[in-house]
Amino acid sequence: MTADRPMSPDASRALPGPAASAPSPAAPAAPVPTGGEVLTVGLIVNPVAGIGGPAGLKGSDGADVQREALARGSRPGAGDRAAQAVRTLLARRPGTRIRTVAGSMGEDSARAAGAVPELLRLVPGDPSSSRDTVAAVEAMKDIDLLLFAGGDGTARDVLDGSPSCPVLGVPAGVKVYSGCFALSPATAGATAAEFDGRTAEAEVVDLDEETYRRGRVGPRLYGTLRVPAARARLSGRKVGSSSAAPGSAESIAREVVARMRPGVRYVLGPGATTMAVGRRLGLATTLLGVDVVQDGELVAADVTERELLDLAGGGETHAVVSVIGGQGFVLGRGNQQISPAVLKKIMASGGLTVLATQQKLAGLGGRPLLADTGDPEADALVGGHVSVITGYRESAMYRIRSATEEFPA
Amino acid sequence: MSGHAGESFAELPVAPKPPLRRFHQARWDEPIIFEQSRPGRRGIAVPAAGVPAVELPASVRRAEPPKLPEMSQLHVLRHYVRLSQENLGVDQAIAVGQGTCTMKYSPKVNDRFVNDPKVAELHPLQPDDTVQGVLEVYWRLEKILAEISGMHRVSLQPASGSAAIYANIAMIRAYHASRGEGRQRDQVITTMFSHPSNAACAKTAGYEVITLMPDENGYPDIEALRAAVGPRTAALMITNPEDTGIFNPRIEEFVSLVHGAGGLACYDQANANGILGITRAADAGFDLCHFNLHKTFSTPHACGGPAGGASGVSERLAPFLPGPTVEFDGSRYHLDADRPQSVGKMRPFLGVTPNVVRAYAWVMALGAEGLREVAETAVLNNNYLMHKILSIPGASAPWGEKRLEQVRYSWQGLFEETGVHSEEIGVRAADFGVHYWTSHHPYLVPEPFTLEPTESYSKEDLDEYAAILAHVADEARRDPEHVKGAPYNQTVHKIDQTSLDDPKQWSPTWRAYTRKHLA
Repeated sequence: MTADRPMSPDASRALPGPAASAPSPAAPAAPVPTGGEVLTVGLIVNPVAGIGGPAGLKGSDGADVQREALARGSRPGAGDRAAQAVRTLLARRPGTRIRTVAGSMGEDSARAAGAVPELLRLVPGDPSSSRDTVAAVEAMKDIDLLLFAGGDGTARDVLDGSPSCPVLGVPAGVKVYSGCFALSPATAGATAAEFDGRTAEAEVVDLDEETYRRGRVGPRLYGTLRVPAARARLSGRKVGSSSAAPGSAESIAREVVARMRPGVRYVLGPGATTMAVGRRLGLATTLLGVDVVQDGELVAADVTERELLDLAGGGETHAVVSVIGGQGFVLGRGNQQISPAVLKKIMASGGLTVLATQQKLAGLGGRPLLADTGDPEADALVGGHVSVITGYRESAMYRIRSATEEFPA
Repeated sequence: MSGHAGESFAELPVAPKPPLRRFHQARWDEPIIFEQSRPGRRGIAVPAAGVPAVELPASVRRAEPPKLPEMSQLHVLRHYVRLSQENLGVDQAIAVGQGTCTMKYSPKVNDRFVNDPKVAELHPLQPDDTVQGVLEVYWRLEKILAEISGMHRVSLQPASGSAAIYANIAMIRAYHASRGEGRQRDQVITTMFSHPSNAACAKTAGYEVITLMPDENGYPDIEALRAAVGPRTAALMITNPEDTGIFNPRIEEFVSLVHGAGGLACYDQANANGILGITRAADAGFDLCHFNLHKTFSTPHACGGPAGGASGVSERLAPFLPGPTVEFDGSRYHLDADRPQSVGKMRPFLGVTPNVVRAYAWVMALGAEGLREVAETAVLNNNYLMHKILSIPGASAPWGEKRLEQVRYSWQGLFEETGVHSEEIGVRAADFGVHYWTSHHPYLVPEPFTLEPTESYSKEDLDEYAAILAHVADEARRDPEHVKGAPYNQTVHKIDQTSLDDPKQWSPTWRAYTRKHLA
């Protein structure tokens, strides 16, 4: 028999799948800007979004964390990611009007992408804050679509501003768990260019960064936003580790440890599955940090990008990372410490091992795994097919590509 | 019709039936047979044998008698008839919903052959000379299945489809070992939509399993295969068409990629209903294949055996076949146990003879043209049903409509609209006397359901089945809570399924139930 028995409805519901992660359809949108018409797009950039990632700070909320990140050598990247989205948008839909905020909250990115933006009458604080994002959303009138660059915290601010039109997130934060984000900046631009007025509801979720830093993961739902109905290109709400398959993280960890070779350095990314690897080795690795192990010893815990650059230097080094459920990101989401420079070093000496349960792969609905380190050249190093460990003596051969590959600017 | 209260038995003509059956399942609240046991009751009083008792050695003697239920014949019969009434299956329902499990009609006449004393009273230790007839049945069925698959030889020893797959992986292992590559070739490649027994058997046989996921068109990703094959590849074990009902047109390329790396290619033909007489495993270059006699050749299912499985191999793998094999020298049939490279026995003696007889009778009744007609009718029925199902708002078939004998559908659209899950639709359908199965886990198709109508069902059956699903989908829109509360007309209303997934609770035997729940 192939069909052994019907499974319990409850068990199946707990599984991450497209059913659980896809935005649900919403009422038809009001005015429909079709391909021929001139589209007016609002742009709001949270310039400090994502700054905490490479510094190992798990997020960027709050001025103290942002200062600390700058002190640890992080440089803001949200503006560049927004520019990439606008560049793709203009290439695919020339003549699109961009309305934005003066300075780093949008104007700089729009100009970098070759646009001549209309500016809102709004003077943001320096540095800008959540309040500025909310105010900018409130000030955006008569636009067809609002693009914003940031992470889950920015999405919450946009929600608080009660946008008058559909929105689309350009992923630029450390945590990009909400369903309102495109897969990559270029995908955001392409989706915006093809926007025809049809929308869907997408969830806004966020973590309490304080508890997140202490190692507990638990996204909360804050509300929903209307997004363009282009489901395949949106991330889908993140699906957490499945409780329906207990033991699978342990089984994956057993395989990872069985494959470890003496003298080789392993960079363990964040997540419950890589944490299980540490547990199996009997090491105090961290849930949300990047750790380095070798020959059964913990070389360094919760490292920054700078530390990792040094550690990845000597000898064969492998990165062991897990998949963000529902989205498929393996690099560039929550593990920004593995920066383009770090990845280049790792791929030159060792390689990339991806960990995911079969359920997580199934939940991607056929979409590839994605690398989005911010440097397409580094992302391309891992492109093609990758062996994904799904259990003890079990793996899947799965497609992986740069998130920008499909929609080049 | 008249002013009487309730239904009248006297009035004619009988009122026409409503479009949907007013079904109600039997509900006997039947105790487990062990609970019905009463000391001293028995079905048959066996007369004294008239021969002296034989003293058994202590090592084989029981310390205490087995705790079998003690019951009269009538009560045993009544118990099982009641259980059979609390069931849904091919003989009383439109059983197109068991998906990949293939529920087709098993002609009752074949049971008469099996019940004939010539078969029923065979003893496995009879000398060859006294069982020439049944050996001939084995030999002829082997030749027929070899012709159907294009394979060189076939073993009918496995007692089920999975046992046949296990026989195949055992032969693959023995083949590589015979060439000194046993240790090196430690990986088996399969696909996500292949019969999961392939991955399970390979793992049981000690292999590392690599799974290929589907590409954007629903086919197994051939680029992933290219990345996966290498000097460690022992075999590709693949189903085609896969559980989606999609036939992989590049299957020859899959086979040659694996051959190019020195691996073997093994075709899972558990369900051959879409391809009988149309394509053959050997023609696509496969080295091994198997059939489930109960899925394609009309023998009863048996839940892991004793059913019937057939393993087919190409000439280079024939030395490794399970033994003994049935041989024919032109005048006489005999068993050949002198096969030094054989993987050994899959089953005591010859296998499950009654199912071999049933399958032989079924094939002989149809003939070659009839077998091809089975496939054509199964594919036609499936495409007709698909047309009906896809006209139900909220139902879809991911990856297009080019399917052979089954389809893995999705209720994703209906779920997004109503919040009702596929399992709940299936359970509510049981209130109308039908059911369906969703999918293997993990679900790749969201809110899945898998239908396979086979050649057995009439157009009216398929219309009725589709009408039931359309009705339930409509109910889900109008009153989702009603659907979620189902079933209402079934033997059991709601059951807690956690015991199925919890080893501390599951009880496949009375002994286990007593130990785990009554202690």
